[in-house]
Amino acid sequence: MNRHCEVLIIGAGIVGCALAESLARNGLAVTILEAGVIGGGCTAAGMGHLVALDGSPAEWALSLAGVQRWQVRAHALPAAAEYRECGTLWLASSAAEMNEAERKAALYTNYGVSCQLLTAEALYQHEPELAPGLAGGLLVQDEAVMYPPAACQWLLERAQAMGAQLLRGRAQRLEQDGVRLEDGRCLRARQIVVAAGNQSRQLLPELPLQPRKGQLVITERYPGKIHHQLVELGYLQSAHGNAGESVAFNVQPRATGQLLIGSSRQFADTGLADEIDWPLLQKMLARAFHYLPGLRSLQAIRTWAGFRPATPDKLPLLGPLAGHPGVWLATGHEGLGVTTALSSAELLSSLMIGLPPSIDPRPFDPNRFSNANTPICPHALEDALT
Amino acid sequence: MRELATELAIVGAGPAGLAAAEIALRHGMPVCLIDDNPAPGGQIWRGGQAGAAMAGHPKLRLLTATRVVAAPAPNCLLLESADGASQLSYHRLLLANGARERLLPFPGWTLPGVTGAGGLQALVKSGLDVRGKKVIIAGSGPLLLATALSLKAAGAQVIQLAEQASLASVSRFALHLWHWPGKLTQALMLGWQLQQVPYAMNTHVRAALGNDRLQAVRLRRGDEEIELACDWLAVGYGLLPNLELARALGCKTHHGVVEVDHVMRTSRRDVFAAGELTGIGGVDKAQLEGRIAGLLIIGEYDRAVALAKRRRRWLRFAAALEQHFSLQPAIAQLASADTVVCRCEDVRFGRLAKCGSWREAKLHTRCGMGPCQGRLCGAACETLFGWQNAGSRPPVFPARLDTLAGNPSTAEVT
Repeated sequence: MNRHCEVLIIGAGIVGCALAESLARNGLAVTILEAGVIGGGCTAAGMGHLVALDGSPAEWALSLAGVQRWQVRAHALPAAAEYRECGTLWLASSAAEMNEAERKAALYTNYGVSCQLLTAEALYQHEPELAPGLAGGLLVQDEAVMYPPAACQWLLERAQAMGAQLLRGRAQRLEQDGVRLEDGRCLRARQIVVAAGNQSRQLLPELPLQPRKGQLVITERYPGKIHHQLVELGYLQSAHGNAGESVAFNVQPRATGQLLIGSSRQFADTGLADEIDWPLLQKMLARAFHYLPGLRSLQAIRTWAGFRPATPDKLPLLGPLAGHPGVWLATGHEGLGVTTALSSAELLSSLMIGLPPSIDPRPFDPNRFSNANTPICPHALEDALT
Repeated sequence: MRELATELAIVGAGPAGLAAAEIALRHGMPVCLIDDNPAPGGQIWRGGQAGAAMAGHPKLRLLTATRVVAAPAPNCLLLESADGASQLSYHRLLLANGARERLLPFPGWTLPGVTGAGGLQALVKSGLDVRGKKVIIAGSGPLLLATALSLKAAGAQVIQLAEQASLASVSRFALHLWHWPGKLTQALMLGWQLQQVPYAMNTHVRAALGNDRLQAVRLRRGDEEIELACDWLAVGYGLLPNLELARALGCKTHHGVVEVDHVMRTSRRDVFAAGELTGIGGVDKAQLEGRIAGLLIIGEYDRAVALAKRRRRWLRFAAALEQHFSLQPAIAQLASADTVVCRCEDVRFGRLAKCGSWREAKLHTRCGMGPCQGRLCGAACETLFGWQNAGSRPPVFPARLDTLAGNPSTAEVT
């Protein structure tokens, strides 16, 4: 069977579905290919924290735009998406971290994002369960949490309502002007977007992607225990460092009243085996107890592991792939695929349609690593923290 | 966190676990016997004396009211009880943690007054007064008779026993019972003791009726439907092995049971399984398998192999049970669109029917994501939709976070 379409998107994760919606809105004939559950890969593995991070100017631009796009559309999301504007509360445990909170506050303010520096006293008024001894914090009120698989499903349905087609099947390889499926079918498309997260390397083994394993624990329902997404300022070190293994305190109040506890990062040399790494999980929990001692007595109902598709410079691959005419990439978002789904989709669809993008696309150029003359943007932030 | 070590860890102090423990202890091998019930003896068999006789043995560490919550490292189990957490290291592990009741959704099954068959028995044992109450017992399998008997003994008026299997099927099963004389005697005794109780075949519960509480039950018998007023309805569709721990350990399972060889070895080195885990077959099969595993574990390979020959007879019994009490197709079609399937997360049949797999149901409806960890609804969905529910995420049971966190003195806080 041969099918023709203008754009074929491989992968119905949250990035692929957001892109399908954006392209369909611009009148393109889009087909989205998915072998598994909608939003069942990276989209389902993470916490669903919509957060702007400033590891680099490009990361800041894309993630801030992402958070703002979700804010604009929050009213239209279905209840199942559990969008909840609980805010992000960055915790400072020392004077040095408080300086970092102040630096961040200045950045937010500069960009017109409302935030509030909290003294230790104000911090404990906001979150009485926190361990004593913290120096203060930074509250970013408008940031939110959501349940990504439901948001992903919603984006897909929006795209379908504007004419996009969902096709069930697994891509086996890219061919001239098309994709060969495992079942032998060939799909022809003028443009192909690989948005398959970690599985993108099965189609394009040369991509600079490495699975970075993360583990999470979710509790039974304890409504009102905490009120904001709590993150230690040291999280940025963990998220942006290249250490083999790291943990950071990151706890989220779900709309259900459950607490979702993270986070860990480790490069997985064992492929995509999602068994729990117990020593690392235990280290992560110890870190969580350090900030929230009351967690100890709560009931955990489930743990799981997933894989972030990581690139060497922490920025996604968004744009045309050199040497593969008609092939575009939308992958490599590491931990920010949910946050930046809408802004990534907007950026890539602008490039595909030929409109001027609202964000500088160059830092996301998929070919940036193969060109030896392109310096990789260093990260200012981890230096500030170490 | 307590650190414990043993030669042989046995999970489950029912007939299989106790039989193995007895052999190991007699041989002088240290045993740690773990059960989440308050006393040894098993949930169904409740052979309390056997457990009590062993309780004081110097080489036995008996951990009751204790759950195995995870297998965080090779030859190591994480345990939790009201006293706290412990970590148990072992050389050999016998899984004998039995089975649970299969509950299937039908309209009204979440009304107060509707329980599992074993569930109502347990309620009575823990003090529920059923004297003079009208009880209907329905579902499938010989355990319904045992439930009826214990309810009757507690003073309840069992007004109907409803078996979904056909008369022909149950009769064939009964006719084969002479292969297992003990079972035949048991069946005859039950039959005698229950002679006043109406026992209808080819009959199942269509709906439980009532507003705030159960008032009546609609039964379907062949082509006719009848309504009977009652106070309690106990429904159970046989037993399902508790596979979560075996799967957490990486033991292979097949068709809903743990795969074992003729001497009860699982696919994992040093891990053995016995009893209902390897196929629902009742107390005799469980005790025999426990003895085979026990003999092998103490190094008596030849005796274990010799005993294993007798196992075939009980495997045939298990197969006969499965065959003659297999569910009729109508049982999987009782739920209507608004019937709750996942009680923890309040997910109804209509939403699930739109999903294509267990994983899709979990991700897009939250089915199975609550504190029962999909134990009930996962099995129900397997029957209702044919979805395979192979994996389960740790912990094996909901557990305190500090249990999962392990020993705080060794965990680093930087």
